[in-house]
Amino acid sequence: MSVVTEVSPDGQKLTISIKGRFDFGRHQEFRESYERLNKKPDSIVVDLKDATYLDSSALGMLLLLRDHAGGDDSDVRVINSNSDVRKILAISNFDKLFDIS
Amino acid sequence: MQSIEAPLCVLIAEDGTSDRMLLSSIVRRQGHEVLTASNGAEAVELFIQQRPHLVLMDAMMPVMDGFEAARQIKRLAGEALVPIIFLTSLTQSEALARCLEAGGDDFLAKPYSPVILAAKIKAMDRLRRLQETVLQQRDQITQHHDYLLNEQRVAKAVFDKVAHSGCLNAPNIRYLQSPYALFNGDLLLAAFTPTGDMHVLLGDFTGHGLPAAVGAMPLAEVFYGMTAKGYGLPETLREMNAKLKRILPVGMFCCATLLCLSFQRRAVEVWNGGMPDGYLHRLASGERVPLVAHHLPLGVLGAEAFDDRTEVFPMALGDRVFLLSDGVIDTCDANEQLFGVERLQQVFAANREPDLLFEEIQRALSEFGGDARDDVSMVEVSLLEARQLTPPALVYSDSGQSCPLDWSVSFEYRAATLKRFNPLPYLLQLLQEVHGLRAQSGALYSVLAELYSNALEHGVLGLDSSLKRDAQGFSRYYRERAVRLEALQEGFVRVHLQVEPQGAGGRLLIRVEDSGGGFDVGRVMARPVEGDRLSGRGVSLIRQLSQRASWSDDGRSVCVEFSWEPLA
Repeated sequence: MSVVTEVSPDGQKLTISIKGRFDFGRHQEFRESYERLNKKPDSIVVDLKDATYLDSSALGMLLLLRDHAGGDDSDVRVINSNSDVRKILAISNFDKLFDIS
Repeated sequence: MQSIEAPLCVLIAEDGTSDRMLLSSIVRRQGHEVLTASNGAEAVELFIQQRPHLVLMDAMMPVMDGFEAARQIKRLAGEALVPIIFLTSLTQSEALARCLEAGGDDFLAKPYSPVILAAKIKAMDRLRRLQETVLQQRDQITQHHDYLLNEQRVAKAVFDKVAHSGCLNAPNIRYLQSPYALFNGDLLLAAFTPTGDMHVLLGDFTGHGLPAAVGAMPLAEVFYGMTAKGYGLPETLREMNAKLKRILPVGMFCCATLLCLSFQRRAVEVWNGGMPDGYLHRLASGERVPLVAHHLPLGVLGAEAFDDRTEVFPMALGDRVFLLSDGVIDTCDANEQLFGVERLQQVFAANREPDLLFEEIQRALSEFGGDARDDVSMVEVSLLEARQLTPPALVYSDSGQSCPLDWSVSFEYRAATLKRFNPLPYLLQLLQEVHGLRAQSGALYSVLAELYSNALEHGVLGLDSSLKRDAQGFSRYYRERAVRLEALQEGFVRVHLQVEPQGAGGRLLIRVEDSGGGFDVGRVMARPVEGDRLSGRGVSLIRQLSQRASWSDDGRSVCVEFSWEPLA
């Protein structure tokens, strides 16, 4: 599994971890990871610790997630991005939309 | 499963009459149609005429034996599977192997068991149908693939018309796009503004294939439409962003760099949303100034949050702006290592002949071991003398019968309007109605644009153009312009246009007034008209391009005249 989902015991926080390439091939799994939940979590963390690469369709998927989580009112954090991934996020200025660390 | 029970046409080739009749009756009793042959040659002949589904073939027959007949039938059957079951009393494994080598699919040992024969016919029929299905699906896929390729060809032709309706063939533009880059979402557009500036857009839509390409049409439409009408980058960007935001699904957007290259002001205005760094290559110093993405891509933010702020850099003749798509730096080698910005900069550093830069980058990419990617786009725009470029003549659709010839109009734009509204496109459209002016529309638009920006920047905002004496000051000037405009509370720019007939021709008077502190007209007029300074182009440009220009009220009011002869 290249997309692993974990919900905190109280159901408030969803963590989505991506392994390997984060590109269009992950589209289905990534969407399902948050759409199948019965209850919308308050906060979402996307863990990119094991993501090696990220392309523009992955950026699009992050936007879809943000939209699903409530758009401007959403709380989506992107954590553990490596330097390559961080560069791509920086070029697209996604730090203006997501809390990236 | 009725289809499996469907009766087959079975060819029985057997030289022994009694065996032939026995087999025929067994097969017929199972509900199949039977053809019979008494030797291999007859069997082949019958196969050609009747195309049976399945063949029961005796190995040893006169005239032509079963092996040869099997070979011929298999060849005639082509891709379709016509199962051949050898009827044989042979038991040596070598002989049985010969049956299979000749193309047989199975064998049936004498004496014949009706139960086993029925089972084998059924099994072979299953295989036969499987093969049929595979062939059908393969043909369907081929057909769909051909359709798709053809659709892409047609779509590409349409897109090419749209994307290349601009001025990509201008002498100061060099570009390289892989042939189907558009279908990976890359888009390159260029067009002249009415004032002779050049707008260039390099964009990259999310995703791949047709979905990535569809956004190109509306984007190109806005780009060409607004550029031709004289809108600047901020207005064009806002419109493009709003349009994409409205029509694209969430998660789809367009990274883009938009340039406005001004040959008269010798400057480039840049907005970069999500594209890799572009570079301004200064010929004199060899320096490459990165043009960094400060914004989110187009189509992500709503109108309220969208940021249309641009940066302005001075350019000297021969300086070049280089833009590229992420296909260049994201090219991977066998170990998934990215080509990256550092390697690109090494190519820059090694470059001796600027015109070979594209080729050197391509060579570096292929030596890096990256697959040839289909979404590599590069463009280089250089600053030439304005007169080396010939903007295309504007095309007008009216006949001129209803041309207005004796009128005047005055506008006063106050602070709140000056902040966010660009009145030039509207004024230009108004003046386009006057046919006599069309021949000199380029000069007219340039002068009007200079008059307005002088009144706004030096008059209302009180910016000192001598700030622009070096590159740092130049950038500071435009940052300061944005800050002061944002803070503007009062002030005005008045534009008075007067068109009147003169004999059979006519003239246009433009008077522009501002609420600023004015300037020392005598001192500015005393400066030489030509020069390589970064500042003070505006006034000399106005004097060169119009028939008469005069300043009054300590420089707070300027009057410019354009006249025309009777039209042929």
